Amino acid sequence: MKNKSSEKSIKNKRKNSSLQSIVYNENFVGYAFISLFIIGFLVFTVYPLLSSLYLSFTKYSGLGTPEWIGLLNYKRMFTMDPRYLKSLKVTFVYVFIYVPLRLIFALLVAMMFKSGGRIVAAYRTMYYLPSVIGGSVAVAVIWRQLWGYGGVINRLFINLGLMDEEFSFIASKDTALLTIIILAVWQFGSPMLVFLAGLKDIPASLYEAATVDGANNWQKFWKITLPSLTPIIFFNLVNQLISGFMAFTQAYIITRGGPNDATMLYVVYLYEKSFTTFQMGYGSAMAWVLIVIVAILTAILFATQGKWVYYENKG
Amino acid sequence: MTYKTKKLIRKILFHVFVSLTCVLMIYPILYMLFGSFKTQQDIFQNPTSLFPREWNFNNYANGWKGFGGTTFTTFFRNSIAITIISVFGQVASSAIIAYGFGRCRFKGRSFWFSIMIVMMLMPAQVLIIPQYIMFNSFGWVNTWLPLIVPGFFGYPFFIFLIYQFIRRLPLELDESAYIDGCSKYSIFGRIILPLIKPALITSMIFATYWKWDDFFGPMIYLTDIKKYTISIALKMFTDPAAQSDWGAAYAMSVLSLIPVIVIFFSFQKYLVEGISTTGIKG
Repeated sequence: MKNKSSEKSIKNKRKNSSLQSIVYNENFVGYAFISLFIIGFLVFTVYPLLSSLYLSFTKYSGLGTPEWIGLLNYKRMFTMDPRYLKSLKVTFVYVFIYVPLRLIFALLVAMMFKSGGRIVAAYRTMYYLPSVIGGSVAVAVIWRQLWGYGGVINRLFINLGLMDEEFSFIASKDTALLTIIILAVWQFGSPMLVFLAGLKDIPASLYEAATVDGANNWQKFWKITLPSLTPIIFFNLVNQLISGFMAFTQAYIITRGGPNDATMLYVVYLYEKSFTTFQMGYGSAMAWVLIVIVAILTAILFATQGKWVYYENKG
Repeated sequence: MTYKTKKLIRKILFHVFVSLTCVLMIYPILYMLFGSFKTQQDIFQNPTSLFPREWNFNNYANGWKGFGGTTFTTFFRNSIAITIISVFGQVASSAIIAYGFGRCRFKGRSFWFSIMIVMMLMPAQVLIIPQYIMFNSFGWVNTWLPLIVPGFFGYPFFIFLIYQFIRRLPLELDESAYIDGCSKYSIFGRIILPLIKPALITSMIFATYWKWDDFFGPMIYLTDIKKYTISIALKMFTDPAAQSDWGAAYAMSVLSLIPVIVIFFSFQKYLVEGISTTGIKG
């Protein structure tokens, strides 16, 4: 609609009325285009963020009026709720194991498949496939079966003589988290694609020069490939770290946080407190602590960036 | 051994190794696919065998019946409707916003842009409680609106992706259109929009995946089974109260993955290109 009227008006001569001069003013145009973002930001982020900050100082069941209790929620979290502390620990273990493993796999596979014809492209597709569907409930359903009592993995271990009885990896508190971590590592596809794009951008001349100088493949990897990829490793690290703290669906469906809270990831616990026992004030306080944790870790990554990330051309 | 045979052996070893790990990678998917054709008895007695003893197609019919009279026709229809509306909203609004950031010079641009970047890093689930309370006060709980409406105000990841793409288009295009009498508005509609199609498609693919697989949102907001999406319906197969018909669960899981896999295979070119052209080097 706007397009047609604006064209006509331009033909008639620009800026012949004050209204038009406003509508075509650079500032107005800019804000017109990003207005949706600003509205969404205020309504769906700023307001909820502030209201959850307020709620975190209250006792609130979702109905009625919140009751102000000061810092009690925060105090309760760190001094009176061992389940919370356990979920914090489980989440850190989960994140600090799966993120490095996923990135290492992603990089290795990306290097393996960086060049080649159709067959290699087909391999790449197959390795990426789990990541496309891995977040779905369908995969969580199958995962329960594969790692459950007498499931494929269990049978395989029995046949190999590593185990002698039926065992559920999911129902045991020592192995349950491991199954969730393996599921997460299995989906290394999207960092792999990002690495592939990065590998293609490394100039071939660098490798040629290194070959002339007599460098072997190992040296080339450490001296050329890895340093050139540091911006991408950084990008992947930030991304994966944040999504690691947000993990919910798989742990919720496969183990429901159990057994004995062994897979009680942060968001699973947050969900349980807020939406099954309706302690929304407490849940809000947990959400705020999570924001702070993620912000601190991201800030640490950004702060150490100068030490290990090499940007080719600054600016 | 000559250099040539050495190279050949290495090549063969590479392919053997890679195709074996490839099978390992997609084994769970194959297990689900073949499991959907096993009888209930077969599933429990021969969990290790990949292939069914006899092919049984009843799981699909049984699974489709759904729960308490609500069939998967309803669940699929709901998921499709929610996904289409929401993906359209996310991508259209993100394109408009990305153009504002990419091509308009206005006061406060860098301020809002940095807010957008922070939003990209912002863990969405930490806002879920106040959002729930807010949507509840709108009377939106147990409707699709909380799952759809926020997307119409832009999605930071897609804004950034499309923004990166727009920045790579030559400015001369805009300038010549401007000389020909186009305003910023018509430059967007006539010049930029047709050119950013690859970025729009990439965004659409990601948006479709995420919306189709979304579990957290539907679980919190939908209470009436008639409004459930597939992901919630599949979860019902795992409920302790439900009689676990694993064959049916596999069958419906397979069906739920088909749209995602079809989109993946038909558009994977855009996925890779989208990531490499618009990716990280901002």
